[in-house]
Amino acid sequence: MKIVVCVKQVPDTTEVKLDPKTNTLIREGVPSIINPDDKAGIEAALQLKEKVGGSVTVVSMGPPQADVALREALAMGCDDAILVTDRAFGGSDTWATSSTLAAALKKLDYDLIITGRQAIDGDTAQVGPQIAEHLGIPQVSYAEGLDVEGNNIIVKRQFEDRYHVIEVATPCLITALTELGEPRYMSIGGIFDAYREKEVKIWTLEELKDTVDQANLGLKGSPTKVKQSFTKQAKGKGTLLQDVSADEAVDAIVAKLQEKYII
Amino acid sequence: MDFNLKKEHLLAQEMFRKFAENEVKPLAAELDEEERFPVETIEKLAKYGFMGIPIPKQYGGTGADTLTYVLSVEEIAKVCLTTTTIYTAHTSLCAHPIYQFGTEEQKQKYVVPLCKGERLGAFGLTEPGAGTDAAMQQTKAVLEGDHYVLNGSKIFITNSGYADTYIIIAMTDKSKGTKGCSAFIVESSYPGFSVGKKEKKMGIRGSTACELIFENCIVPKENLLGKEGDGFKIAMQTLDVGRIGIAAQALGLAEGALNECIKYVKERKQFGKRISQFQNTQFEIADMRTKIEAAQLLVYKVACLKDEKKQFSPNAAMAKLYCSQLASEVTTRCLQLFGGYGFTREYPIERMMRDARITEIYEGTSEVQKMVISGWLKIN
Repeated sequence: MKIVVCVKQVPDTTEVKLDPKTNTLIREGVPSIINPDDKAGIEAALQLKEKVGGSVTVVSMGPPQADVALREALAMGCDDAILVTDRAFGGSDTWATSSTLAAALKKLDYDLIITGRQAIDGDTAQVGPQIAEHLGIPQVSYAEGLDVEGNNIIVKRQFEDRYHVIEVATPCLITALTELGEPRYMSIGGIFDAYREKEVKIWTLEELKDTVDQANLGLKGSPTKVKQSFTKQAKGKGTLLQDVSADEAVDAIVAKLQEKYII
Repeated sequence: MDFNLKKEHLLAQEMFRKFAENEVKPLAAELDEEERFPVETIEKLAKYGFMGIPIPKQYGGTGADTLTYVLSVEEIAKVCLTTTTIYTAHTSLCAHPIYQFGTEEQKQKYVVPLCKGERLGAFGLTEPGAGTDAAMQQTKAVLEGDHYVLNGSKIFITNSGYADTYIIIAMTDKSKGTKGCSAFIVESSYPGFSVGKKEKKMGIRGSTACELIFENCIVPKENLLGKEGDGFKIAMQTLDVGRIGIAAQALGLAEGALNECIKYVKERKQFGKRISQFQNTQFEIADMRTKIEAAQLLVYKVACLKDEKKQFSPNAAMAKLYCSQLASEVTTRCLQLFGGYGFTREYPIERMMRDARITEIYEGTSEVQKMVISGWLKIN
């Protein structure tokens, strides 16, 4: 089975702090990581490869620094890595990103494409589904389990209070939840192979010219414009119940949640 | 001169940190308390390549270099010295010398499974009467047809009881002194091999240090490592390499202790403020961090010298001497900043202080390192 995993390099948001004066993110010194959902996707792909054979190619669109994310994927055991990078792709929203990635994927041979559900820096959850639409292949989002049966993929799709088991024909795209797999560590030998024996292929606009509509690229090709970003002000103090028993406290909380139609 | 780690080293370091934090640290106190050998961690170490870091891929290793090995030891030692003791003894004192001095057949038979973690290695030089005076070997090996017969005993052998592959130094010709020593690869399954008393130790309590007993132990002739008479040279060169690993252990331990200490002083309040706000605390930490920086340069330099195939023996001795003394100093000073809580087992600092002490003793005491360094300076 030929599997392609799309990954994004993101700032480790657990390490991000806000500048109290400007209310903006302090990005300096914040480590970059592979987006957690995407990394679970890599793990699932590697497990599928171990089970049924084949190859895992990892693709990322991003600045040249995203090279290290791809090396990490190689060190985990992926076979090939492609970095889709060009000044022309800068400032892409989800539409431009999915257009660019789909253009790259059109040049690859695949049975299964895995993307993360969403990235922890943008949280849109749009790129994976959009790629499937660009490519005209079936998609299953929110995958928490994956298996193969013949030429079909069996996906356990997560919902809030249940899950669906969906059988989907290949080629197809699934979007991965972190529950899909606890990512393995890179192996030490894998790290050295990733730098000394393997290669991260660089694809620029030049490589994608025949598969992409250039009107859909970068900032100019992005219909989404961020009008304003701001830090949400903390709401009021809430209600403080003092000197109540545990039972009374539970009743009060449940009543409040019902009042707000949360439960 | 370039003080920057390469990209592959940085990525490896990141992996070592995560592994140490998630897989090694949670067990550290328990291993010490229960004096338990961490079999499960060894399996994980093997899975990710820790058991053969500086060995070429063709012999089952990762193909990485000594610097990577040192970085791994440093990171793991920050959280658990026991764990590093096990795999540094395995790597530096068993897999590496067989790789360095062994025949192609010996390398295929032993180095490959050692690096894959299918075998666990150990090294036996020390005897009751041959510690720092390692030349006073009493264990004898006599060639009888197609095998050697070993008689004698070894003590304080790291990994003993769990290891299945031992490099054993024994006398083949007592009349020649150190030139009458030979090195053998001895499997624990050989007839006449047994493990004796297990020492109760002050530190690194999860690792073992038992006696090895050889009673007419039959060792196939082809398990002679190097030539007859090479044993002492092999042992000394093995310890040269081993010292790099111990220096890295001591460095990591000092860094780990300081990390714990910094965390603590930011939380602990006395006289109405955090103790990190007192200048004494700040100066203590600044002083220790400066020494750690110097120690790290010594360790990384000797690793690079070895990787560049340059003379590294005096640098290994200097790195081991400085780092091990520093580990004892830093853990003691950190414990003082912890105060009474530091003396309890609620915090890891007392364990770190107990663990530090062995780095000044094993694989050549601090005094032996001074002998090596002064010998190199030719000052007598």
